[in-house]
Amino acid sequence: MSTRFRTLTPALTAATALLATLVVAAALLALGGYPPGDAFAALFRGAFGTWDRFVSFTLVRATPLLLTGLAIAFAFRARVWNIGAEGQLHAGALAAVAVAVALPGAHGLVVIPATLLAAAAAGALWASAPAAMKTGMGVGEVITTLLMNFVALFMAQFLVQGPLREDRGVFNQTNEIPPAAHLPDLIPGTRLHLGFLIGILIAIALWLYLTRTPGGFRLRAVGASPRAAEVSGRFRAQPVVWLAFLASGAIAGLAGGVQVAGVTHRMYEGLSPGWGYTAIAVALLARLNPLAVVVTAIVFGALSAGGGAMQRDAGVPEVWVRGIEALVILAVLAVDRSWQALTSRGSRG
Amino acid sequence: MAEFGALSSFLVAAVGLAVPLALAALGETVSERAGVINIGLEGSVIWGALGGALGALALGPYGGLAVGVLAGGMAALVFAAFAVWLNTDQIITGTAVTIGSLGFTGAVFQSRFGATGLALELPTVPAWEVPLLARIPAVGPAFFDQAVTAYLAYLLVPVLGWFLFRTRRGLALRAVGESPEAAHAAGVPVVWTRMLAVVFAGLAAGLAGAHLSLVHTGTFAENMSAGKGFIAIAVVVLGRWNPKWVIAAALFFGGAEALQFALQAVDADLPYPLFLALPYVLSLAALAGWFGRSQAPRGLALPWPR
Repeated sequence: MSTRFRTLTPALTAATALLATLVVAAALLALGGYPPGDAFAALFRGAFGTWDRFVSFTLVRATPLLLTGLAIAFAFRARVWNIGAEGQLHAGALAAVAVAVALPGAHGLVVIPATLLAAAAAGALWASAPAAMKTGMGVGEVITTLLMNFVALFMAQFLVQGPLREDRGVFNQTNEIPPAAHLPDLIPGTRLHLGFLIGILIAIALWLYLTRTPGGFRLRAVGASPRAAEVSGRFRAQPVVWLAFLASGAIAGLAGGVQVAGVTHRMYEGLSPGWGYTAIAVALLARLNPLAVVVTAIVFGALSAGGGAMQRDAGVPEVWVRGIEALVILAVLAVDRSWQALTSRGSRG
Repeated sequence: MAEFGALSSFLVAAVGLAVPLALAALGETVSERAGVINIGLEGSVIWGALGGALGALALGPYGGLAVGVLAGGMAALVFAAFAVWLNTDQIITGTAVTIGSLGFTGAVFQSRFGATGLALELPTVPAWEVPLLARIPAVGPAFFDQAVTAYLAYLLVPVLGWFLFRTRRGLALRAVGESPEAAHAAGVPVVWTRMLAVVFAGLAAGLAGAHLSLVHTGTFAENMSAGKGFIAIAVVVLGRWNPKWVIAAALFFGGAEALQFALQAVDADLPYPLFLALPYVLSLAALAGWFGRSQAPRGLALPWPR
């Protein structure tokens, strides 16, 4: 098999998976009694119809998915199954609001970095409990990170109903953060904020780390086979696992901080519609490549932005989009398996 | 019997909340003993709840239970087709099945009943009082004045214990979970065993979901599974993959959930989100404690053939 074909495969897999998803989603929509053509057209118009729809909706929705997607991709590269990005995002958002509200008079150059650092630190802290349980006690991280998500959601609920509740006392939400803490707009006249650029810079940084540094090599080695990495005697797997947890948690926490500083300007119950879970689809479709996550996050941002339009214009419930996300994951897995079967047969024969 | 009043109502709530956890966890015990961890269990629970609701509207409460069981099994079949037959990663596949199930059940529910949030009223499954046993002070009404789902959970404990540890097929199933290579060499059909174990877990989780809609609440709401499937997986670990300890762990969690009602009755100003978080925090604490060190089946979550 030619090397040229091999380098094409990741993009080809993603494209095939998306096509398969489209076909299955169309069939399911038809089964549900909705004309698939109308639904897809409405979705497409909602996501890409005008420049403003694309920038102020699709790219803005893509931003938390970009950051959480990077968090998942980095952890999964090390075979750390962090399913807890949702909880880490909530921890980050809470910390960001708490810090920003506590610094009312400060200049933006002080308060914005402080806010975002607090968010990253809180996300890392939230990930440290499952990390300690995995490395210290051998408890699998899948179930612990999942359980931590629920703890974070209820903690957020508790804080916005009680200690952090707005002074007006009308809604279950925090006070608005001071204007100095708002992230600046990236493109004037749109709602796209600095967070999107931060996401792209982190994607580049992670890609450089993974492909160009010894630390990145160690992380990929542990991901390929933790036992082999350990047995080789060159390095220990545990610090790598810790790094994967903490970096992943920090980036997911940052997603929460960026969302409150850039879009909502306050914290409330139900801040995230499940970005931490959608992020798994984002990362997998990108084949865990940080640069590709930028593209797949925009794809899922478009799904999210188009979902509302699909409900409004074609009467298809917006929750359909959640189902489509699951179809993407399954399609990637299935296409991947088929490719593996094909290529291994090819190399043997 | 008045002195048992508070204790009795706490126990009634505890057992009622433990039943869905016990059903889902007992099923998952079989699946994990065969080497498959199904994070998609949450998906089977929510399909069971919706299937139960739709089934009950058409066929009455018991028909609803049956439809719920089948719906849970269908979700598990999708998981098994990928994770066992296609041999995809169990964790990622299970996560996808959960996300998709929460999405599609919401979509079906909204298509059928609208997005207005109007509460749906379902025919509920009545409690059956076991003669004599239900008269035992305090524990009697809690354990022996429950719906049929509770009795099925009790029944599953000895049946699964006998099957897993006393029969040849049970031995073969555990062999598949410990060492699929050795089981395969001994002539055990690894893929089929795993498929059946996963589907069984899905059927049980479907019953757990139907319990939520047809026994516990009498209605359906989107996302009403609320992480029960995930807690059930923690319950399996705490119960050391042994049915009798699994049901004990489920009762412990039912008790933790029931505690919020008892404490709120004492002081209504206590912040309820903290009590809602309690079962999840307890799960984590228990996993971190002595339970965490217990041995999982060695082949758990590993693909086969490798």
